[in-house]
Amino acid sequence: MQHPLTMHCRPVLSDLSQPVGCDSYRFEVARQIIGKVDRNYLLDVVEQSGLAGCGGGSFPTGRKWRLYPPQSERPGPRYFIINADEMEPGTFKDRLLLEDETSLLIEGIILSAYILDANECYVFVRGEYQLAIERLMAGIEQAKMAGLLGTDILGSKFCLDIHVHRGAGRYICGEETALLNSLEGRRPVPRAKPPYPQVSGLWGAPTIVNNVETVANIPNIIKNGAQWYRSLGRNGGVGTKIFGVSGRVMRPGTYELPMGTTMRELIEDHAGGMRSGYRLRAVLPGGASTAFLSAEQLDTPMTPAAMMKSGTRLGTGTAIILDDQTCPVGFIANLQRFFARESCGFCTPCRDGLPWVSQILDRIEAGKGRAEDLDRLSDLQNTLAAGNTFCALAPGAMASLQSGLSLFRDDFVRHIEQGACPWK
Amino acid sequence: MSIDKNLLHLTEAEQREIQEIVASYPHPKAASLDALLLIQAKRRYISDDMLAAIATLIGISVAELDELATFYNLIYRKPVGQNVILLCDSISCWIMGRDAIECAIKQQLQIEVGETDREGQFTLLPIVCLGHCDHAPAMLINKQLYGDVTQDEVKSLLERHKHGETECSTP
Repeated sequence: MQHPLTMHCRPVLSDLSQPVGCDSYRFEVARQIIGKVDRNYLLDVVEQSGLAGCGGGSFPTGRKWRLYPPQSERPGPRYFIINADEMEPGTFKDRLLLEDETSLLIEGIILSAYILDANECYVFVRGEYQLAIERLMAGIEQAKMAGLLGTDILGSKFCLDIHVHRGAGRYICGEETALLNSLEGRRPVPRAKPPYPQVSGLWGAPTIVNNVETVANIPNIIKNGAQWYRSLGRNGGVGTKIFGVSGRVMRPGTYELPMGTTMRELIEDHAGGMRSGYRLRAVLPGGASTAFLSAEQLDTPMTPAAMMKSGTRLGTGTAIILDDQTCPVGFIANLQRFFARESCGFCTPCRDGLPWVSQILDRIEAGKGRAEDLDRLSDLQNTLAAGNTFCALAPGAMASLQSGLSLFRDDFVRHIEQGACPWK
Repeated sequence: MSIDKNLLHLTEAEQREIQEIVASYPHPKAASLDALLLIQAKRRYISDDMLAAIATLIGISVAELDELATFYNLIYRKPVGQNVILLCDSISCWIMGRDAIECAIKQQLQIEVGETDREGQFTLLPIVCLGHCDHAPAMLINKQLYGDVTQDEVKSLLERHKHGETECSTP
């Protein structure tokens, strides 16, 4: 099985002291491509590869890049931004690439910026990722020394600078337009779209925002071609994906597997199944903003399309397991507390609705739920649905609530009727 | 003359560093967050005086800067202890027993979440998912990340930081 994204990762993740493969990295793809291969051809390769955004949206990368006006149409500053503000609860895949595949990521940035003809890149890293920030700084220095950053790279007239921007922690900064506001030093609330960032992004200039994992795929796609990348997937998926598992499994961790691997294989074969004494009840397949996948749906292939057919989303591809000895009401209450706290407060349904949801759930979990609470939650879930709020934060929060309310209806009712949490 | 008075709260070296950050961005306002983090790393939190001084250097109003300072989880507008404990309270850590870790820390330090212990050594704050879910429960003490934390090791972990055996700067 090929794992091009995590080729250089150390086998045992316990040793965090030494970066792996950093000094010896040759930037071979960038050396062969920059100044030598036509940008339009490369853009075609990326588009044909079927690479889709790995930050949770699964938007086709090639199509996103097509919307970026060429230098001839829009001269002046043009930005390329890496979204490394990994804060989706249960998600820990970008950290792996930032810390262990730093050079691959930097080569991906250089190639992407070359294709887009963007000359300034900001890597927006969450402030808590200390090691990632240090490794990035070191990796950028190394790329500079190798002559792959700066002006007139490899004699091609292409110029690129990469800046590391340290975030200060707010979930909303992962929303691309809020991220732009954060970078500009404004309060990071989302912006109205359109105009889309490709046309009017950072300081009004054309801007592409891509997730870490998405960009780390670029060197291997360019090197091996679109067909190779497509052939890595299974069950209708393309390429590989870094999946993750957390919760009470034998081997929680990250696993780079073919896109389209089934959830059951991920959990049972790779993560070693449940710990003894625990039974799986449901899974959040891709972080806190995805709907539950029930135990009966585990054979769903992990592709954006198949997950959508099963009523959820692939999201970030990092699964959170709900076991039979964890209270589902407490589980959902924890998720909603997170969303309520991280709402940016800009639009009213989200600012006021999420704390309301959170309080009701806390009340039910504490055994003080009322008969009408479940109707109230369904009502709020509609109020906070897509289209009623300014960005996707609240609708994302509602995914687990809506699916949880139907999947664990009996458990909710038991809490209210017994006046206590049966798991305590 | 209020401008000069505001700046008095920063050392000349600090002022120079902030000016360098300002110069590194196409627009001064973009330096706001870096400047806040820089001063906080040196002085542990952003006091009203610091806020006014930084705003003056960047050339924006104090309210504009406070709008940012109060928004972010990692900018402290109130004094914190020598060490800041950020204990993850998101879903994977919750499943794996972070509540018990919180209890152990509270008991050890005799404080509630959001408080600083009497000696001014530790502040305990909640934090959203630290991206260390495969080693839940996780926490950060200053810049040091800990995973698979158990109740039993809380005491010794805190002792280590208290005696400065690990790096002691705020993130």
